Amino acid sequence: MMSATFTIDGQEVPFTPGQSVMQAALSAGVFIPHLCYHPEFRPHGSCKLCTVKVNGRPATSCTLPAAAGMDVESNTPEILDKRRALLQMLLVEGNHFCPSCEKSGNCKLQALGYELEVFTPHFNQFYPDRPVDASHPDVLLDFNRCILCELCIRASAEVDGKNVFALSGRGITKHLIVNAESGKLADTNFALTDKAAQVCPVGVILEKRVGFAVPIGQRHYDAAPFSAHVAEFKPTPESQGERS
Amino acid sequence: MNDTDAIRDVLSRHGNDGTRLMQILRETQEVLGWLSPATLTAIAAGVNWPRAKVEGTAGFYSFFHTEPRGKYRVLWSDNITDRMLGNMDLMQAMCQKLWLEPGHLSEDGLVSVDTTSCTGMCDQGPAVLVNYRAIPRMTLQRVEQMAELIRKEAPMADWPADWFAIEDNIRRADILLGCTMLPGDAMKVSLARGSAPAVETASNERSFREAVHSSDAGPGATLDEIKKSGLRGRGGAGFTTGLKWEACRNAPAQTRYVICNADEGEPGTFKDRVLLTRQPDLVFEGMTVAAYVTGASKGYVYLRGEYRYLLEPLNSVLAGRRKAGLLGKNILGRAGFDFDIEVHLGAGAYICGEESALIESLEGKRGVPRNRPPFPVTHGFLDQPTVVNNVETFAAAAMIAGRGGDWYRSFGTAKSAGTKILSISGDCERPGIYEYPFGVSVRQVLEECGAKNTQAVQISGPSGICISPKEFGRCIAFEDIPTAGAFMVFDQSRDIFEVVRNFVHFFAHESCGFCTPCRVGTSLLKNLMDKIAAGHGTHYDLKEIQQLNSVLQISAHCGLGHTACNPLVHTLERFRPAYERRLKSLDFEPAFDLDAALSHSRQMTGRDDAGAHLSNELETAAEKA
Amino acid sequence: MNAPQTPPKLKVATCSLAGCFGCHMSFLDIDERLLTLLELVEFDRSPITDIKHCGPCDIGIIEGGVCNAENVHVLREFRANCRILIALGACAINGGLPAQRNHLDLRNILEAIYATDTGLASGTQVPNDPELPLTLNQVHPIHEVVKIDYFIPGCPPSGDAIWKFLTDLVAGQTPHLGHGLIHYD
Ligand SMILES: Cc1cc2nc3c(=O)[nH]c(=O)nc-3n(C[C@H](O)[C@H](O)[C@H](O)COP(=O)(O)O)c2cc1C
Ligand code: SF4
Ligand code: SF4
Ligand code: SF4
Ligand code: FES
Ligand code: FES
Repeated sequence: MMSATFTIDGQEVPFTPGQSVMQAALSAGVFIPHLCYHPEFRPHGSCKLCTVKVNGRPATSCTLPAAAGMDVESNTPEILDKRRALLQMLLVEGNHFCPSCEKSGNCKLQALGYELEVFTPHFNQFYPDRPVDASHPDVLLDFNRCILCELCIRASAEVDGKNVFALSGRGITKHLIVNAESGKLADTNFALTDKAAQVCPVGVILEKRVGFAVPIGQRHYDAAPFSAHVAEFKPTPESQGERS
Repeated sequence: MNDTDAIRDVLSRHGNDGTRLMQILRETQEVLGWLSPATLTAIAAGVNWPRAKVEGTAGFYSFFHTEPRGKYRVLWSDNITDRMLGNMDLMQAMCQKLWLEPGHLSEDGLVSVDTTSCTGMCDQGPAVLVNYRAIPRMTLQRVEQMAELIRKEAPMADWPADWFAIEDNIRRADILLGCTMLPGDAMKVSLARGSAPAVETASNERSFREAVHSSDAGPGATLDEIKKSGLRGRGGAGFTTGLKWEACRNAPAQTRYVICNADEGEPGTFKDRVLLTRQPDLVFEGMTVAAYVTGASKGYVYLRGEYRYLLEPLNSVLAGRRKAGLLGKNILGRAGFDFDIEVHLGAGAYICGEESALIESLEGKRGVPRNRPPFPVTHGFLDQPTVVNNVETFAAAAMIAGRGGDWYRSFGTAKSAGTKILSISGDCERPGIYEYPFGVSVRQVLEECGAKNTQAVQISGPSGICISPKEFGRCIAFEDIPTAGAFMVFDQSRDIFEVVRNFVHFFAHESCGFCTPCRVGTSLLKNLMDKIAAGHGTHYDLKEIQQLNSVLQISAHCGLGHTACNPLVHTLERFRPAYERRLKSLDFEPAFDLDAALSHSRQMTGRDDAGAHLSNELETAAEKA
Repeated sequence: MNAPQTPPKLKVATCSLAGCFGCHMSFLDIDERLLTLLELVEFDRSPITDIKHCGPCDIGIIEGGVCNAENVHVLREFRANCRILIALGACAINGGLPAQRNHLDLRNILEAIYATDTGLASGTQVPNDPELPLTLNQVHPIHEVVKIDYFIPGCPPSGDAIWKFLTDLVAGQTPHLGHGLIHYD
């Protein structure tokens, strides 16, 4: 059977009906930067790191259904420039001090910063005041680094069936909340074994007492850059089904 | 009645249905004053939703309070037109009288005073909302009286009734505002038009609906009239109404919905308020026509929270229509044609005017625009095919159903059929509502509203276009200057920079926060504009604005983000000196006020010598060195 | 035929503001390559020399963020005198560790240190000697105070990163740091 194709930066990419541009690209080993996309979950479309141009028009590749003959531009100077700006926005919006972050070396935001050669946050820092939640016996929540990708929310609702996380506020004051009248994680039914404890791309949801265990040099993105890990992001069969 | 009973009451009124959360939260707050953590827990249990999800909805909307806000909550409408009428001085005066700071609760917990986005009273500002009741035409005298009444804790029912009077200010009526069709006229014509036997004889709702879709005649004939009329949406995007209805009609469904978008959040727009006041029947009739054409069984009016005062009058019009057989079961005696309409209130979120965010809100959720495709016409409210149209679109559709597409086409231009209602405010002698056939020139509008020495006109609100006198020959029409209705006039005495700064603050306040570029970008823009306003701007900052514009253009998720830079881009093109006047000649200035950044140290050390200050200017520093 | 002309040496100045000197240590870590570098550049004000003020320079390198009025003056002096100004290290770039105090009110910090700390003699107050620079309400990255041309991230950046960056720059190329050289920690 001949499968349909489209092109990314001139390279031909096959796809199966129902796949997004992102899914098709990753399946074919073509890397498109992303933060809120996760192979096991329905696409979200909020971080916008995966922005591309399709037939000259801007589009979000993780939510856009692939179609035959599309001409997708991804790694052009113009688009890379915008992606850099988006990363810089995320960096100044929170408080990211990598030297004191347990996630350093395993963090997708950081790894994308390296990949795209972001040398500076460029914009002015917001330095928001976001107190940490250390109430839970096994897990620390450091909201300072939350990029609002909603992966923990999706995992807790869809996999764990617990709805531990949600968002409140709006605009620049949007923030993560937990499912308890006290506002404390300890008062939810969250457990270290939850899927939601595994999915945070940055250093918010952290297991206690294991920080900095892996020496520098052996961390996830030490040996090879984000893009070289493309095989990890290939869509699973489940995630290729219904999208909404 | 204690809190628990009050909450239970509201919940049962809404059948403990989580999708009705917006109404549940509002009604609970109207009784209890605010939504305490315990209240949210009780509501979450009542609707059987995760508590965090309920809290997330409550936290999204400006008009829901998860912290105490006092017995009286005064919100000053902060559109630029309110500012031009002196709202800031009046608010300051009010704060002084009440011994409080804007944005904070008074020490005795009685009252809070703050600003809010445009409340749609631009032709009769400065306006306030007190406990979400609109009071226009504020004066110093009213401020004093109001402060007095608040301090005496006088119930609002005892406040002077004339304070609450809202003017329609209709200055020019055309076919729509002058429409004399009676309730039911348009529906009667539609039902009579080319009826198909299957629809005529349907014995129940189900067979009626099946017949609707199998026949080109009957509802199809009215759809043809709508298509023939060339009617395009009046809410801003200008999508062809006939095509939208047809797509909804053709989409497989269990139920179909018709939603009237009365969110009217675009600053400077107030024509939907007047339509809903003067021609509510025409609007409801249009929704009923849409239901007839698409086969929808339920309609909602999503009314912005600022227009809370319209809820009761609209409900009584709906009751009248039910009595007259124009809503409910077997409308106008047609077996199986069942349709009813309900008014739902928003709670202070401009983004809920965006149709997919509106639908989310109507389902009780945070007002965040959905990913598209799929579109509402196939997957809308509760995932069912849904038509969303603007108030004015429905009113026009009712007229078309009654008088025919050709008749409607005879007004306006070849590409823009019919009339457009403008909401005119700002520097002119006769602000108010003007209905014109499409094709009218900006110059003619300015003359007729009595605008003098006009420097600029902002058409279609902050997300629209700002034009200079050179362009006053241009026309209001889809092919030239399309508009959702706002028309704000600025004369030569106005500072265009401050106009833009007001708009930029608006977008930062109203960004839903879903996507990175708009959530962070609109706040960065706001900070840049404040920096320039404080006299610390440079050409470097202007370049930065252009840069942010290009990021938002390419990557924002919805129309809000895409248009958030419009005011900046348009005025940088046309009124660049308004910015340059404020710039330093240097090409770089610190991002923050250096001297102010030493304030805490000065306070703690008591120092005020030369070394305890920093100048913001590089030259002096270099000279010193 | 003329002998090939050696290009004039580039003048470089460095300083540390609110940083830990870690970045300077790392700079020295470029080891024997420092000698190679010295063939291309000469140092003006720098902790490596003993010059107190920065004269006209080609390249200025700043470590550390801005936490007090003195930092502001030094940074401006560098900007006024250097053709190219480089932010070196996490603290210069986003405030780094010192900026972790930013969510606290400076007045409370000073109060806690000078007024309420039990170890202090009674009557101790916040020093108000005009010779002492005043502290800023918040720590800021240096690009929020003056225009910065280049940034070398890292806490500290590795000697290799600094070497690669400077040699690119001296060679007149846009500096690049590939995988392994660019890091934020
Ligand atoms: C940020 C934003 C705000 C909007 N606000 C409104 C509004 O207040 N009223 C409205 O009718 N349409 C508004 N729209 C347009 C709606 O999304 C939708 O296109 C419109 O309701 C369709 O109706 P129409 O075809 O009759 O114009 C808005 C769109 C965006 C992106
Ligand atoms: S979350 Fe990532 S980017 Fe943020 S501080 Fe941690 S490692 Fe750095
Ligand atoms: S905590 Fe992590 S997973 Fe959850 S929204 Fe924030 S960044 Fe995403
Ligand atoms: S562009 Fe703005 S308003 Fe629209 S989805 Fe993004 S954050 Fe929300
Ligand atoms: S990965 Fe596509 S928007 Fe986040
Ligand atoms: S001083 Fe070098 S990283 Fe902080």
